[in-house]
Amino acid sequence: MKLAFRETLTGFRRAPLLSALSVTTIAFSLFAFGLFGLVAVNLRGALKQVEERVEIRAFVAEGTPVEATAALQGDVAAFPEVAHVDMVTPDSALARARRELGEFSDVFDESLLPASIEVRLKDGYRDPATVKAVAARLQTYQFIDDVRYGEEWVQKLYRVKNIATVAGIGLGLAFAAVAVIVISATIRMAVLARGREISIMRLVGATDAFVRAPFLIEGFIKGVLGGSLALVLLYLANSAIDRWFIHTTFFEPGLAWLGVIGGALIGLAGSAFSVGRQLRRV
Amino acid sequence: MIRFSNVTMRYPRTGTALQRVTFHIAKGEFAFLTGPSGAGKSTILKLIYMDDQPTEGEVRVSSVSSQGIRARDVARLRRKLGVVFQDFRLLEDRTVEANVAFAMEVTGAAASAIPGKVSKLLTQVGLASKATSYPRELSGGEQQRVAIARALVNDPIVLVADEPTGNLDDRATRGVFQLLREINASGTAVVMATHNLDLIRRSDYRTIEVNRGQIVFDSKERILTPASVFAVKPRREPAPGDSQ
Repeated sequence: MKLAFRETLTGFRRAPLLSALSVTTIAFSLFAFGLFGLVAVNLRGALKQVEERVEIRAFVAEGTPVEATAALQGDVAAFPEVAHVDMVTPDSALARARRELGEFSDVFDESLLPASIEVRLKDGYRDPATVKAVAARLQTYQFIDDVRYGEEWVQKLYRVKNIATVAGIGLGLAFAAVAVIVISATIRMAVLARGREISIMRLVGATDAFVRAPFLIEGFIKGVLGGSLALVLLYLANSAIDRWFIHTTFFEPGLAWLGVIGGALIGLAGSAFSVGRQLRRV
Repeated sequence: MIRFSNVTMRYPRTGTALQRVTFHIAKGEFAFLTGPSGAGKSTILKLIYMDDQPTEGEVRVSSVSSQGIRARDVARLRRKLGVVFQDFRLLEDRTVEANVAFAMEVTGAAASAIPGKVSKLLTQVGLASKATSYPRELSGGEQQRVAIARALVNDPIVLVADEPTGNLDDRATRGVFQLLREINASGTAVVMATHNLDLIRRSDYRTIEVNRGQIVFDSKERILTPASVFAVKPRREPAPGDSQ
C-alpha cells in the first residue's frame, strides 16, 4: 500500500500539468452539474412554498352552533391527510377581507361573510386527487354549505411540479452523464500517458491489483480535489447570485458533501474503467 | 523447463504466426532464436512469458501451463522470468537504481533487501558508478545493461531477450552478449532472439531457426530443412560456356 501511495505521488509529480488539467476538468464538470443542482434545489424550494399554500376552505352554514363547528374542526384535524385546521369566524373573515382589499374594504358588511374552516394538507397529500377527495369528504358534513380549493390552480401547480421533476431528473441525468464521460476521458488520458509504465509493471510480475492501486488512488484524489474545487466555485457563484440578483439557498451540508463524495466515486470508477481497458491492451 | 507442444498461434488480423511448433529448452540452457523478420520469433518469446496464449497446443514454462492460465498466475510466472527488449523499456524518469529496484518492489520484496541486491546487480553489469544516472544519460549498451540488471533482480530461472543487441554497435553488442553468457554460466537459462548470424556462428550455443511460423533448423535436435539459412547450398558446377 505504501508503494501504491508512492507511485500515486510519483504520478502527480511526473505530470503536474496533466494532473492539474484532470482536477480542473473534474471540477468544471461537477460545477456545471452543481449549477444545475442549485437551480433544481431553488426551484423545488419555490414550488414547495407555493404548494404549502394549497388550502381547502369549507364554508359553514349560517346558524350552525359554535359547538358543532368546533367538533367539525376536531374531526377534520384527525384526517390522516390534514396538517392543520383553522376556524375562521365571520368577524375574522371580515377583518381579513378588509385588510386584503385595502381601499375597497368598505364594500363588505358584517353579515356578508360566513364562518369557515381552512384546511391545510400534509406534505405529500397536496396532489389534485387527494385534495379533491378531502374536499368531497368535507362536503358530506351536513352543516357545510360549500367547499372550495381552487381545483384548476391545484391541477396546474401539480402539472408544473411534475414537469419540473421530470425535467430535473432528465437534465440531471444528462449533466451527470456528461460529467462522468468528461471525467472518465480525462482520467483515461492520464492512464494512457502511463501505458508504458503499466506494461513494464506487468512485465516484471506486478499483479493487476498492484497495477490498479496507484491509479485508483490517483482517480480518487483527483475526484475529491475536483469535487471540492467545484463546491467552492458553486458556493461563490451562489453567494454572488444571492447578493446581486435573487435570493437563493445553497445545498445543505449533507448534499454538498455528497457532491464531493460523488466526484471521488466518479474519479475512482473512471480510473478503474480506464486502467481495466489499458490492462487488457498491454 | 520450456516446452512447446504442437503450438499454433493465429492472430485475427495477421493470420498464422506459428504452426505446430514443438521444442524443449532445458534448465540452464542457452538458445538462440533466429529467423527473418515476421518469422515468429517474437511470438515464441511472447508465448514464453505468457503475453499471449496459443491458439492450439500447450506452452509449459517451469510448472506453469498456458492452458487455462489466469492473470494472477501470469504475474507469478513473470517473477521467475527476466525479459529484455531491443528498446530497453526503462522508466525514463527514474534513476538506474530505481529502475532496477522497481522490479523487486512490485513483487512485494522486503524493502531492506532491495538496496543491497540492486547494488550487487549493478556491479555485476558494470554500472555501479551510474546508479544515480537517468536512462537518457546512458549509452544504448548501458541502457541494455540496466534492462538486464532489472531482468535479473528477481533471480529468474530464464532470461528471455528479444533482439537485445538490435540497437547496439559491435562493441556494445559484444559486451551485452558476454554478460548474457556470464548469466547463463551462473545457471540461468537464456533464450535470445537475434538476427545477428555472426554472433550465432561465433558461439556454439543451440540455435533454433524459425521461418514462416515453423522450425526450419534446430542445432540440438538435428533438424535442418532447405529453408534454413544454415543449410549448405550445393555449389553449382559452372556449365560449359559460362563466362569466367
